[in-house]
Amino acid sequence: MRKDYNLEKRKYVIGGFIIVIVAIYVLRLFNLQVLDSRYKDDADSNAFLRKAIYPSRGVIYDRNGKVVVYNRQAYDIMMIPRDVQEFDTVDFCRTLNISPERLKQRITDMKDRRLNPGYSSYSPQILLTHLNDEDYGRIQEKLYRFPGLYIQKRILREYNYHCAANVLGNIREVSPTDIEKDPYYSRGDYTGDLGVEKSYEKYLRGEKGMEILIRDARGQIQGRYENGAHDKKAISGRNLKLSIDIELQQYAEQLMQNKIGAVVAIEPETGEILALVTAPSYDPALLVGRDRGKNYSELRNNPRKPLLDRSIQGAYPPGSTFKPSQGLILLQEGIITLGTSYPCYRGYINSGLKVGCHPHGSPIALKPAIQTSCNAFFCWGLKAMLDRRSKYGSTAEAFEIWKNYLVKLGYGYRLGIDIPSESRGFIPNAKFYNKIYGEDHWSANSIISVAIGQGEILATPLQIANLGATIANRGWYRTPHVVKEIEDTVLKSEYTTKHIPPISIAHFESVAEGMRMAVTGGTCRLANLKDIEVCGKTGTAQNPHGRDHSVFLGFAPYHNPKIAVCVYVENAGFGATYGVPIGSLIIEKYLNGDIADDRKHIEQRMLEANTIIYSGVKKH
Amino acid sequence: MESRSTNISIFQHIDWFTVLIYIVLVVAGVFSIYAASYDFDHANLLDAGEFSGKQIRWIGLAFALGIVLLLFDARVYETYAFPIYILLLIVMLITIFVAPDIKGSRSWLVFGPLRFQPAEFGKFATALALAKLFSGYNFKLNASPKNYYRALAIIFIPILLILAQRETGSALAYLALFFVLYREGMSGLVLLAALCAVSFFVIAVKFTDTIFMGIPLGEAMVFMFIMAIMVFMLLLYCKQIEAARNVAIWYLGSGLVVWILDLCNIHLNGTIYFISVIITACLYCSLLALKSKAKKLMITVGASVASVLFLFSVNYAFTSVLQPHQQQRIRVTLGIEEDLLGAGYNVNQSKIAIGSGGLSGKGFLNGTQTKLKYVPEQHTDFIYCTIGEEQGFIGATLVLVAFLTLILRVLHIAERQPSIFGRVYGYCVASYLIFHLAINIGMVIGLCPVIGIPLPFFSYGGSSLWSFTFLLFILLRIDASRREHPSYN
Repeated sequence: MRKDYNLEKRKYVIGGFIIVIVAIYVLRLFNLQVLDSRYKDDADSNAFLRKAIYPSRGVIYDRNGKVVVYNRQAYDIMMIPRDVQEFDTVDFCRTLNISPERLKQRITDMKDRRLNPGYSSYSPQILLTHLNDEDYGRIQEKLYRFPGLYIQKRILREYNYHCAANVLGNIREVSPTDIEKDPYYSRGDYTGDLGVEKSYEKYLRGEKGMEILIRDARGQIQGRYENGAHDKKAISGRNLKLSIDIELQQYAEQLMQNKIGAVVAIEPETGEILALVTAPSYDPALLVGRDRGKNYSELRNNPRKPLLDRSIQGAYPPGSTFKPSQGLILLQEGIITLGTSYPCYRGYINSGLKVGCHPHGSPIALKPAIQTSCNAFFCWGLKAMLDRRSKYGSTAEAFEIWKNYLVKLGYGYRLGIDIPSESRGFIPNAKFYNKIYGEDHWSANSIISVAIGQGEILATPLQIANLGATIANRGWYRTPHVVKEIEDTVLKSEYTTKHIPPISIAHFESVAEGMRMAVTGGTCRLANLKDIEVCGKTGTAQNPHGRDHSVFLGFAPYHNPKIAVCVYVENAGFGATYGVPIGSLIIEKYLNGDIADDRKHIEQRMLEANTIIYSGVKKH
Repeated sequence: MESRSTNISIFQHIDWFTVLIYIVLVVAGVFSIYAASYDFDHANLLDAGEFSGKQIRWIGLAFALGIVLLLFDARVYETYAFPIYILLLIVMLITIFVAPDIKGSRSWLVFGPLRFQPAEFGKFATALALAKLFSGYNFKLNASPKNYYRALAIIFIPILLILAQRETGSALAYLALFFVLYREGMSGLVLLAALCAVSFFVIAVKFTDTIFMGIPLGEAMVFMFIMAIMVFMLLLYCKQIEAARNVAIWYLGSGLVVWILDLCNIHLNGTIYFISVIITACLYCSLLALKSKAKKLMITVGASVASVLFLFSVNYAFTSVLQPHQQQRIRVTLGIEEDLLGAGYNVNQSKIAIGSGGLSGKGFLNGTQTKLKYVPEQHTDFIYCTIGEEQGFIGATLVLVAFLTLILRVLHIAERQPSIFGRVYGYCVASYLIFHLAINIGMVIGLCPVIGIPLPFFSYGGSSLWSFTFLLFILLRIDASRREHPSYN
């Protein structure tokens, strides 16, 4: 039979057909395997289960090595939605003592991408948090019945001393914004909130580890990826040693119970804060665990504002505790000498203006003026400075000089304590008064009350205590801080460098002597301890909200001081009534370890006193 | 006497190139099966308990069979073609009734630990029968419609038997034999029509979401295709330039009018518009045909009418004839639906496995997706995933190229046969290979619907391996003796 060459050509059609098909497939493979990287990620999330290993959080000690905050295990139930098969929800709910509605709600919330932007059915999601040991034990036995669920261990905080909530802070679950800001976190992680837990978060948290497990199509774990070669060990958080003396702190908090205010105690030599008390306070343990949300909103809605740290956030008129700083400035500027005396006829009286004072001898020099807390002396002093045009040119320029000294002494700006939300207080400048009165339309008399720590002046108890430390050191201070040591790390240099205001040591010595005189024979006599030479200054701060605040600033011993203290009790009246006794008790407790028998009655009275009742009460 | 001497010299005339590709593919297959079924605990390629070990035994037996097949006289196959075919038909018929239900199909005969699938062996028997038919004295496919009936009967009897075994994939493989009919004289229009039918179907099913002129966009697109094909057929096939111009003007003009009306907010129903313009054009062509008695014009009209009818039946067929899971497979393949946990799971996981291989792959036994059994059927129908994941784009392409080389070689061998029997048989072998390669790999890389057919020489299983070994070695035997048996036609 003759070959049909026309038909033989059809081999090219058939051959061409398969060549075209293979070419299309090669292009498709190129697209799948080389161009598109999506499948590689999918393959990874298919096969690798990345399980976080949580490091233990750093333990917090007090300055004497007592454990203040440590860790407790808690258990979360995690769920990998893709691997979950139908299970007995009734059994599950009964084991954990929760209602089926709650479980349903949790799952709905979990899958809601608005509440949980990181949701993926391949990755572990949190189903329930904070199981206690009992629940954990019961569910652990049954876990095999619930494929797709597993237990994630987590760290919660436990407190040995239920105080110092403002210093310690607490931990909370990260919010979506936290995750956005710091990719280290993933949903369900904990982060520090308030206090050192927040400011030292990076040290305390350590570093999460990672375990890479191989998971087959049925969700069963087949082992570790390359025998754990790519796993990352968790690195434990660093321990902190606080400068706080936790027992002193506890004692100070007890003294401040039923009062509103703050106590700050500083070791002058180092700037280490020994006690940082705000009242009213709360138990830090309230903000850990399952009830955190409820407790937190209760604290936030409490009208006494326990969440406000009055020791660093409260901006108060310093009142007469401001006077030592005035003495220093006037001496340094040569406005007065130790021999300069000013008259006081029950106050400062000048061109129709009167700032009242209590009875004492007149005229009066600086040291006795500090001793008796004479208002007139410091008003005359400030007036003399602001009026000295021969030296400064104008009132405004003189005022700027005055203000700069105060800034150097730590007022008006944040001192830079190592816990968050410090307030800066307020020291006005010349511009401020120019705005109020008009340029050149104000004089010393317009603003005279700043000389005695009233008027526009605002300071935090921390700033007031810092002045005490500066005088105690006779001329310098270190930025107050609450953390003494970080494990394996040196403290930031800002907490170890000396700040030296441009005022000579001799002037500090004079002011210290005046403060010593106030204790031995002035307004602070209640602080005159037998075996400790205390120096002090009272304050009775007028304020627009009601009764005067009772303030005390002191340090001890007179020579080689070990502690500087500020006590601020809102609406409690004279400085001598609450400020001095509380301050002296704290000094005595810290230096002697105990309160002398003949002073027990003072201690008793302070513990029992309730000044909250005066809060909000208008002055008569 | 003559045949004895050829037995001795047979190995000199074997096409060793084909044997080499065969060995390469089979060995690569064993390694792939080993990789696909590799467990973290096991690690022995030859372990008889493992798929790879079993497959090695199947390969050993396949080689032995191959040698035996080569020892027969080439004329044995031609002589016994029909008896072999009928024997296999009987076995397939019996299978329907005695086979146990395995994964929904009754296509496996079970003898103790051994199972085999008659549908696979039916392939070479059908090829022999078809070749025998064409080699009949003075047989010409186009000589009489009767010849078509006989050829189609040989193809469709096994198809029906296999469908009765509920093994759709294997049944479809026999449709590949239409390539053979084409080579032997069937009009190319049939293949073209099939191509049109498939594309019309895909378009009509795929674009159902958008509405155009009151009907799904897909339908409107098919109507426009039908109109365009009509114009081109008038122009190129009928050579009626004037008629083509008139019809084109009619279509475009009426379309313009509809568009303007649409802008004036008068909306015509698409179906009515398209049907009426197409029928008008058909009537015009029919009148022309009456005048000039042009058969080609009538074929053109017939093609248009048939296309329209086909379009109407597609919708009906898709929604009423196909089973829901088949509809879903088609929708998933066409990318209309994404169902990653249901019907799309296999394909998605297989794409993930292949896609994660990258340019050069993760390395032998390092594939995670296949090891962890994310891809179902990965040692059988989805074996190509393992190659894609572990050997990457380079390895996957090399496998494709090897298959392409084999197919082109088989086509070459087929064409060089002096006998029609040899040629037709050769084309049958090539057709089966083309179909299996195109459908299996197309399915694994997500371009074809999931039709469960194996990748020749790679997929685990004795039946498939033996079936293709039979096909190939019988061809080699026929080819080896082509010089000693000069054409007797």
